[in-house]
Amino acid sequence: MNVVVCVKQIPDPAAPPSLDPGTNNLTRAGKLILDDSDAYGVEMALQLADAAGGGEVTLVSMAPNGETSGLRTALAMGAAKAILISDDALAGTDALGTAKVLAAAIRRAEPDLVIAATESSDGYTGTTPVQVAELLGLPSITFAKKVATADGTVRVERQTEAGYDEVESPLPAVVTVTAGVVEPRYPSFKGIMAAKSKPVDVLTVADLGIEPGEVGASGARQEIISVAAAEERQAGELVVDEGDAHERVIQFLEQLKVL
Amino acid sequence: MSIDKIWVLAESADGKPITTSLELLTQARALAPTVEAVAWGADTASLAGTLGEFGATTVHDVGDLGGALPGVPVAAAIAAAVAAGDGPDAVLFPATYDGRDIAGRLSAKLDRPVLTNVVGLESVDGGLVTQHAIFGGVQVVNARFTAEGPGIFVIRAKSFAAEGSGGAPAAVVAAPVPELGATNSARIVARHVEERTGPKLDEADVVVSGGRGLGEPEQYALIEELAGLLHGAAGASRAIVDAGWVPYSHQVGQTGKTVKPTVYVACGISGATQHMVGMKNSKNIVAINKDQDAPIFSVADLGIVGDVHKVLPKLIEAIRARG
Repeated sequence: MNVVVCVKQIPDPAAPPSLDPGTNNLTRAGKLILDDSDAYGVEMALQLADAAGGGEVTLVSMAPNGETSGLRTALAMGAAKAILISDDALAGTDALGTAKVLAAAIRRAEPDLVIAATESSDGYTGTTPVQVAELLGLPSITFAKKVATADGTVRVERQTEAGYDEVESPLPAVVTVTAGVVEPRYPSFKGIMAAKSKPVDVLTVADLGIEPGEVGASGARQEIISVAAAEERQAGELVVDEGDAHERVIQFLEQLKVL
Repeated sequence: MSIDKIWVLAESADGKPITTSLELLTQARALAPTVEAVAWGADTASLAGTLGEFGATTVHDVGDLGGALPGVPVAAAIAAAVAAGDGPDAVLFPATYDGRDIAGRLSAKLDRPVLTNVVGLESVDGGLVTQHAIFGGVQVVNARFTAEGPGIFVIRAKSFAAEGSGGAPAAVVAAPVPELGATNSARIVARHVEERTGPKLDEADVVVSGGRGLGEPEQYALIEELAGLLHGAAGASRAIVDAGWVPYSHQVGQTGKTVKPTVYVACGISGATQHMVGMKNSKNIVAINKDQDAPIFSVADLGIVGDVHKVLPKLIEAIRARG
């Protein structure tokens, strides 16, 4: 079974994020890393391909400047190859534009299953995988907390407000996985070495047959009007626990009539 | 450009519209002269009274989906209305599992962009302007669509207060689903309802959340116990959801739920921006963390610098002793 995993390479979340003052786009200068949320999808794909008795896991990603460091992490985990779409025309692309690019790239890989995270950790629009599914004419099951495949069907436990639903769909399909669906492996030394020579196919927008106007800031058809500092909340009382701090908490809850 | 008609996705649970949908109807009334709802299910007519009371004059009834996930058929029904020229200028979706699916499907079907994680929506110069909290709520971005509508907005819970308008029950009209083929082939084969003793996380008056500082998954029982004693709900930081200690449905934060309870008690949570955006608008915040420099203390009304393993058991015991 061949699985495509949509992965995003994002600025290191440990560093303070910022907006480019000229474009109001998220600053993506410097090294990008594999979004933590995507490690679950990569692991899930590797396990499903393995359980199906073979097949390849292909990564599909869109990033500026031919960035591959995040892809190498996922390749080191065990993915076979990657398709990277990198093009100056993509600066400022929104979720739908991203979906158009990813869908065109996924079409080339002809997968049995497409996996993505429910949302990225930096932009967190949270609609791209479903937009990809619609553009590819595929069914989708989002918010999976458990995924299995057998006989051309994917079976998912889908998170709901009340608990979870068991959902089935014929393949090919798009599935989004929540964090914690599986425990992502750490790349082994051997995996890291092997990843260096795994193929990364770098494509432009034109290679995918997408008109430049469909993507980028003009294709996004939305604009940021202003950015302002939010009202700041003030820090209140700080108590160092010397064995009786719980009494202060009780007092506080009493004042609020919660107790 | 003017906004004449807004549709609101009226998702329902336990036979009633969810609170977020009522919040969106309330705000829609302030933005457009005509407000209508879109609903699905076996008994949509039973929602018409409440939806009308909150301002919807019409409910577009997509009908019983027969086990299909709502994303594809509901989006298709809305898209069909738009294609027929009967569509709205904007559609407001609650940021729920199904709301996001339908909005995404609709966006791709109509080739219209989406704005998600909206926390404010107002009318400016005849158009709609959104607010988004970014970087953990430190900054607020205002945005708008620049091209033809309908505008597709996915709005977070608790962005507006729900207030009835005393309207008459909404008229129910059928919103037929066109033939969809393979795209609509995912089916729910079984539903599992997990036992929940207290209120819902995003509707609770008190939320007690736990994070990595609890040390190990078993310690989450302390969070559940305290939440239970305070008649509240138990939440979690992304760190322990990612680690598989608790299900995703408990997650508070950017990639989880937004909560605005009377009291939010953060236990062993450092206060990553990811978490703060989901809880910093709580009316009161209590934080217990052993690291005095933890960012959570910068938003806490009462901060306890201490070990959750010591403070929580004493707190639980003291509340219990009150009977």
